Amino acid sequence: MASVPAVLNSEWTKIRTVSSTTWTLICAFAVTVAMSAALCALLNATFDDLSEAEQATFDPTLVSFSGTVLGQLAMVVFGVLVVGTEYSSGMIRTSLAAVPQRGTLLFSKITVAGVLALVVGLLTSFVSFFLGQALLGDRGTDLGADNVLRAVVGAGLYMGLIAIFSMGVTAMLRSSMLSLGILVPFFFLISQILIAVPYAKDVARYFPDQAGSKIMQVVPEAMGSDPSPYGPWAGLGIMVAWVVAAVLGGYLVLKNRDA
Amino acid sequence: MIELEGLTKRFGSKVAVDHLTCQVRPGMVTGFLGPNGAGKSTTMRMMLDLDNPTSGTVRIDGKHYHELQEPLKYIGALLDAKSMHGGRSAYNNLLCLAQSNRIPSSRVDEVLDTVGLSGVAKKKSKGFSLGMGQRLGIASALLGDPEILMFDEPVNGLDPEGIHWIRNLMKALAAEGRTIFVSSHLMSEMALTADHLIVIGQGRLLADTSMADFIHENSRSYVRLRSPQQERLRDVLHQEGFTAVEADGGTLEIDGATTEELGELAARHQVVLHELSSQRASLEEAFMQMTAGSVEYHAHSGPGGAEPPPTVGAGWGEGWQQPGGTAAPGTTAPGTTTPGSVDGTENKGA
Ligand SMILES: Nc1ncnc2c1ncn2[C@@H]1O[C@H](COP(=O)(O)OP(=O)(O)OP(=O)(O)O)[C@@H](O)[C@H]1O
Ligand SMILES: [Mg+2]
Repeated sequence: MASVPAVLNSEWTKIRTVSSTTWTLICAFAVTVAMSAALCALLNATFDDLSEAEQATFDPTLVSFSGTVLGQLAMVVFGVLVVGTEYSSGMIRTSLAAVPQRGTLLFSKITVAGVLALVVGLLTSFVSFFLGQALLGDRGTDLGADNVLRAVVGAGLYMGLIAIFSMGVTAMLRSSMLSLGILVPFFFLISQILIAVPYAKDVARYFPDQAGSKIMQVVPEAMGSDPSPYGPWAGLGIMVAWVVAAVLGGYLVLKNRDA
Repeated sequence: MIELEGLTKRFGSKVAVDHLTCQVRPGMVTGFLGPNGAGKSTTMRMMLDLDNPTSGTVRIDGKHYHELQEPLKYIGALLDAKSMHGGRSAYNNLLCLAQSNRIPSSRVDEVLDTVGLSGVAKKKSKGFSLGMGQRLGIASALLGDPEILMFDEPVNGLDPEGIHWIRNLMKALAAEGRTIFVSSHLMSEMALTADHLIVIGQGRLLADTSMADFIHENSRSYVRLRSPQQERLRDVLHQEGFTAVEADGGTLEIDGATTEELGELAARHQVVLHELSSQRASLEEAFMQMTAGSVEYHAHSGPGGAEPPPTVGAGWGEGWQQPGGTAAPGTTAPGTTTPGSVDGTENKGA
C-alpha cells in the first residue's frame, strides 16, 4: 500500500508547482476583499436610501462578505483545476501508476487542496471582515459581538467548502471544461436567480451555496431576506452533505472507470 | 516476470484484447508487436491497472499491480499518450512522482541526466518537442530503478541518435537481468532490440517466439545476380543445378547458394557479372504477412500513396528486398549486435 504521508507530500508538490494555484487563490482573496470593501463603503454612504426593513435588519457582518458571490468563482476554478488538469494533461495515468490505490490518491489530493483552500478562505474572511467594519465606521460591529466570530469563521469555511465541492464534481465529470461550464453558471447565475423566484426558492434554499452562506448572517432574516427553515449551522451542515456527496461520487467514478 | 492469463478487454461491442495469455520473462527484451489498433496500448494499460480487464488477469511476480508496495520501484512504464502536466517543469513533474513512492529527489537529477534533459530540467514540459516529451516519459519510467520496464512505442518521435540510445538502453537494462517489455509497429526495430517476440493482431495472440526462431523461420536469404549475358548465365546455372528465378530489373535470384560459389562459377564459365550480392528478405514482410488478416486500418493507395501491405502468398517483390553490400556475404547494419539481424530493413522500398 502506498504510504499516505508520501502521497500527501507528492500532492502538495503538485499543487505548489503549478501557477494556476497561485493566481486562482490570489484572485479569490483579492476579488472577495475588494468587492466586499466597495459594497461596505457604498452601503455606508447610501444607508439612508435603504428601505426601513433593510435598515432594521442591517447586518454589518454579512455585508462585509458580499464579495463572496464573485470571489467564490475563483475558488471554483481552483478546485476544478486541481483535479481537472490531471485529466486534461494525461497526468492521471502517471499518477495512478505511481499510486494505484485510487482512494488514497483522490483523498490525499482533496485533503491537501482542501486544507489550502480553507486556509485561504479563512484569511479572506478575516481580512474582508476587518476591512469592511473599518469602512462601515459606526455602523460596523466587532468580533466580540454575539455570533460574529461564528459568521467570520463560517465565511472562511464556506469558501473552502466551495472549492472542495468543485473538486468532487470535477472528479465525477473528469474534465475541467465541462466542470467549469456547469459550476460557474450554476453558482453565479442559476442559484442567484432561482433564490429570488417564488416557489423555486423553496428548492434553491437547499443548494450548497445558498444553504452554506446562511452561516455568514448574524442578524436573522438579514437585509430583509426571507426567514429560512434552518439555522446557520444546519445550513452549513447541508452544504457539507453536498460536499461529501460530490467527493464520494468522484471517488466512485475514479475507482470504477478506466483511466 | 509478468504473466497475462486470458486477458480480455471489451469496449462496447469492440474486442480490443482477446484472451491474451503469455509471459514476459526477465533478463531479456520482449518485443510486443502489432499493427495499429491491435490492442498493445490497451494491454499495457491493463498491466498497470489503469484499465479494468473485462476478464482475465495480469500478475507481476505473482501479484496484482495494486498489491505492489510503491510500484514505481517495481515497474516503470512509458505510456503512449502524453502523461505529464505541461505547466510543471520537467524536474517537478518527476519530483511529485518520486515523492509519492518515497524515492529520493537526488534520483530525479540522475534520471534527467540519463535521458539528457538536465539542461531543460527547470523548463515547463509543455514547451517540449515530441522527442523531449518521450525522453521525460522514459525518465519517469526509470525513476524507481525498477526491475520491470514497459515502453509503449518508445522510439516514437525520437531522432536517430535517440533511437540508437533507447535501443542500447533497453539492451543494457535487460543485460542487468531486468524485464523489458516494449511495443512497436516496426519489425525492423524489434529485430535490432528484442530477444523475444509477442505478436498480436486484433487483440489475439499471433506469435510468441524467440527472435532468433522468428528470423530463422521467416527470413529468406538468397543471392542476386545481374549480368549482360543473362541467357548464358541461366544456362550455366541450370547445368550446375541451381534454380534461378528471374526478378525485376533483369536480375536473377538464387536460393541456397553462396556468393563465393556463384562468383567462382561465373568466373569458370567466363560470364561477366554486373552484380553479385547476398540478400536477406525483410522481416517486415514476414510480420505483415502474419498480421495481414488482422490489420484494421488499411491505407488506400492514392496517387503516389503507399502500397497496401502484401497479402499472404505475394511474391518477394523488388520493393521488399534489401540491398546488401555488393559481393559481401553476411553484411549487417552498423551497430547491429542481435544475431542474425537483417541489414538495412529500415530502407523498405515504397
Ligand atoms: N477508451 C477506449 N474506448 C473505446 N475503444 C478503445 C479505447 N481504447 C482503445 N480502444 C480500441 O481498442 C483497440 C485497441 O487500441 P490500442 O490503442 O490498444 O491499440 P494499439 O495496438 O496500441 O495501436 P497503436 O499501434 O495505434 O498504438 C482499437 O481499436 C481502439 O479503437
Ligand atoms: Mg498504442
